[in-house]
Amino acid sequence: MIREGFRSIKTHGFMSFATVTITMACLIIIGSVALLSVNIDALIKDLENQNEVVAFVDENIAEESAAEALGSALAAVDNVESVEFVSRAEAMDNFMSNYDEDLMEGIDETVFRHRFVIHLEDIAEMAQTKAALEAVDGIVKVKAHLEYADTFVTIRNVVSIITLVLTVILVFVSVFIMSNTVKLATFGRREEIAIMKMVGATNSFIRLPFVVEGLVLGILGGGLAFLAEWGLYSVLTGRLMGTLTGSFITMVPFKSVMLPVLVFYLGTGILVGVFGGVNAIRNYLKV
Amino acid sequence: MVRMNDVTMVYDSSGTVALDSVDLAIQDGEFVFLVGPSGSGKTTLMKLITGEIYANAGTVIVNDFDLSTIKRRKLPKVRRTLGVIFQDYRLIDNMTVYDNVAFAMRVVGASNREIRKRVPYVLELVGLEGREKRLPSELSGGEQQRVAIARALVNNPRMIVADEPTGNLDPVRSLELMLLFEKINEMGTTILVVTHEKELVNAFNKRTITIDGGHVISDGMDGYYSYDIE
Repeated sequence: MIREGFRSIKTHGFMSFATVTITMACLIIIGSVALLSVNIDALIKDLENQNEVVAFVDENIAEESAAEALGSALAAVDNVESVEFVSRAEAMDNFMSNYDEDLMEGIDETVFRHRFVIHLEDIAEMAQTKAALEAVDGIVKVKAHLEYADTFVTIRNVVSIITLVLTVILVFVSVFIMSNTVKLATFGRREEIAIMKMVGATNSFIRLPFVVEGLVLGILGGGLAFLAEWGLYSVLTGRLMGTLTGSFITMVPFKSVMLPVLVFYLGTGILVGVFGGVNAIRNYLKV
Repeated sequence: MVRMNDVTMVYDSSGTVALDSVDLAIQDGEFVFLVGPSGSGKTTLMKLITGEIYANAGTVIVNDFDLSTIKRRKLPKVRRTLGVIFQDYRLIDNMTVYDNVAFAMRVVGASNREIRKRVPYVLELVGLEGREKRLPSELSGGEQQRVAIARALVNNPRMIVADEPTGNLDPVRSLELMLLFEKINEMGTTILVVTHEKELVNAFNKRTITIDGGHVISDGMDGYYSYDIE
């Protein structure tokens, strides 16, 4: 019966080709939108990370080592991703590198406070985290750009909703198109099924080659779509990185999303191929 | 063999009474013509025998299977004892003559060895030797019908049921086909032929059942109707 499935793919060459091509096209469209969404999300995350919070140490703690010791208390605060200590000397150096040296004449580093540059896990909770950081003993002031954080969170939410809706719509449309192609492929074979029934074939005998066929075509469609997506993505990444935009944007490498993309493509291909085929012939079996 | 007792068939959708209290018996080894005008109930009777439809009342027994009570999943067993032939041949266009016949054996789980042995024998029996690799579209109507007969015969059925098998053939080919049926019958297979063709029926001295308006109106050896129906 497995051989029947393979033989049927060969015999119905054009419809097999159509099924694989349509499955492939639909999967590439869904995959591209999903990858675009992953990249936008990564880009926003990247921008969010540049939005740092600065916690200033009490002036009375002049000793550098004492100030630095506060780092562990800050790191223990919820939502804190990383804590980096900046001594008053380093702070002055940083400042001076941005301004004219003459401006700083006669001013020494004691004007600056020891400080910590903190990155957060989720900037949506920036206000709460800021309050928690201020509550840490030895910290007198926390500077955080709450207004930027709000903007980023809004953008991220809007983008997430748009891509989610788009992906769901595309999945529905694609499953509809793919199952209709499978239906069309089996429609031409209703006569063959009727003949099989008339000479005494059992329903499982008729169904099994369709399962094998759906499985093979699904794997083929999903696999080819994966390879095509990989190729397209790599070409696009290469081109983009070569341009000016590339210096601002870092694209997620395909290798890091490879597995979920492969699983989704093969899974959808097999599901549509097998269940689409079996479902489509159900009516023809009732004779 | 076929045994019908008090069989009534009314189609739900139209309310048409296709068969009305029909009693009928065909013994193993018989050659029977079933005749009657269009809409007389011939096709319904055929479908009851092949298990495509179930009677509303009465019992239908085919080759020892009681089709009035049989479960759908058991139908393949009944059909393996029957060889069904249609007016429009119903061959699979993209399969060769050999594959069209071998396909019927594969469906019932025959081994490749059995297929290789049996198919050439049956093709020779119906006079199609040397045409194994042709596609149905490359054959004449008569030859296509012979492929259909070979397919019906290949699993060695107890009975062959042919629905207007000569409907698309000229008189000479029709006669040849009937002679082939006669030959198959002589080998022990029961034959039931549904037909319209008066000359053909009268050329053979066989039992003829006439059906009209859902009733059996004559059953005997006196050829096509003792009176004109059409």
